[in-house]
Amino acid sequence: MDIQERLLKRDKRACARLISMLENNDEEAINIIKRLFNKTGSAYVIGITGPPGSGKSTLTDRLTKELRKEGKRVGILAIDPTSPFSGGAILGDRIRMSDLALDKDVFIRSMGTRGFLGGVSKATWGAVKILDMYGCDYIFIETVGVGQSEIDIVKMADTVLMVLIPNMGDDIQAIKAGIMEIADVFAINKSDLDGADKTKMEIEMNLDLNEKKEYRPPVVKVSAQKNEDIDILLRKLRDHEKYLKDTELIHQIRQRNLKTEILQLAEEEILRMIMDKAYENDLLEELSIKVEKREENPYTAKEKIVALIKD
Amino acid sequence: MNRPIRVLVAKPGLDGHDRGAKVIARALRDAGMEVIYTGLRQTPEQIVAAAVQEDVDVVAMSLLSGAHNHLFPKVVNLLKGEGVDDVLVLGGGVIPDDDIPFLLESGVEAIFTPGTPTKDVIDFINTNIKRK
Ligand SMILES: Nc1nc2c(ncn2[C@@H]2O[C@H](COP(=O)(O)OP(=O)(O)OP(=O)(O)O)[C@@H](O)[C@H]2O)c(=O)[nH]1
Ligand SMILES: [Mg+2]
Repeated sequence: MDIQERLLKRDKRACARLISMLENNDEEAINIIKRLFNKTGSAYVIGITGPPGSGKSTLTDRLTKELRKEGKRVGILAIDPTSPFSGGAILGDRIRMSDLALDKDVFIRSMGTRGFLGGVSKATWGAVKILDMYGCDYIFIETVGVGQSEIDIVKMADTVLMVLIPNMGDDIQAIKAGIMEIADVFAINKSDLDGADKTKMEIEMNLDLNEKKEYRPPVVKVSAQKNEDIDILLRKLRDHEKYLKDTELIHQIRQRNLKTEILQLAEEEILRMIMDKAYENDLLEELSIKVEKREENPYTAKEKIVALIKD
Repeated sequence: MNRPIRVLVAKPGLDGHDRGAKVIARALRDAGMEVIYTGLRQTPEQIVAAAVQEDVDVVAMSLLSGAHNHLFPKVVNLLKGEGVDDVLVLGGGVIPDDDIPFLLESGVEAIFTPGTPTKDVIDFINTNIKRK
């Protein structure tokens, strides 16, 4: 049985291997996605983001258990940063999801960012499709702990869950600037600690400022550690799903996300073509020597490289 | 190889010390590997399930509690049972010299006792990796 058939038969090893192949830009994995793409789209994708240590992994574990009670199949992509120095990474999100390892209907994969910015990795887009083909009903993407506005999760997910915690002090100001627009649901996690009401109020006040919108993101206090009010949070996530599906807005969101994905792929390809040309026959070396001697300038040097990929 | 080697660093057994595991995790990361760390007190079943889903090249286990003669071979056998034959299984921790031959025979590829320079572990992985 080939790997594509095994994937469709819900073989975990096939699913795992395909994600690796994709991470390593393997042509065969891409061909499988091409062939099976029309079978995807039924999985619902929830992005989970928020500052480092806010409890994203613990919450993902709890939400998954809640979905499992309904028999839903869940895929989890947990992304942690790759070290820019070594290219290595320590991927530690699984620590909080140990109980899920043995559930045959849960698939967890840790991914390094591998140089990609925005809290996810380049292969995350493709990995979502593989989990979709594998038969997941829900897919969670846990981003790197980020707080700023540059969060690519919004370009991958159907619903974005922002995880905040009490007593964030000034951090919340910095975060608020970027997140108010991207979050569909807010969780104030660690509500077993003091200050959750204050954080909730701050978020609500900010939401009041753009009241004109038809959909208002709910703010839910939870404690992932104590497993409190996870059911309420899940309900709010699914309310958003239902809202998008009932209004057909889901198609707009997915189309917007696909635009980013297609451009991302094109960008990557062109960058690779430029790199190939630049390093072919030591062209970049040669040009940079000339530029350094002032025999050439950076702009015409660039034009020479770009001209090579234009035909 | 133009992809990072993926290593599952796991702590089977009941002891609650993961300092050694964390040291090795950091050293492997600094050597350019992707280390999946699963935390304390993992059962062999959990370790193997994680190894499968993470599609790792190496399973590195560290154990101080003395249950290595039982737990290490169990992981090897469970991997075999899953049809996984391209993963390098390594053991570390406080392991008496007398136990090492048995462990190697049962399919653990190498045993690293305390004080082994992390470089030796990295070199061993780089040389013995089964998948290109
Ligand atoms: N008090 C309290 N602690 C929590 C709660 N949820 C998670 N934690 C703790 O917060 C710490 C971080 O939790 P994680 O789930 O790893 O957080 P994370 O956001 O995934 O962290 P990164 O992936 O490193 O950004 C752990 O020590 C958790 O036990 C909670 O509801 N209450
Ligand atoms: Mg995490």
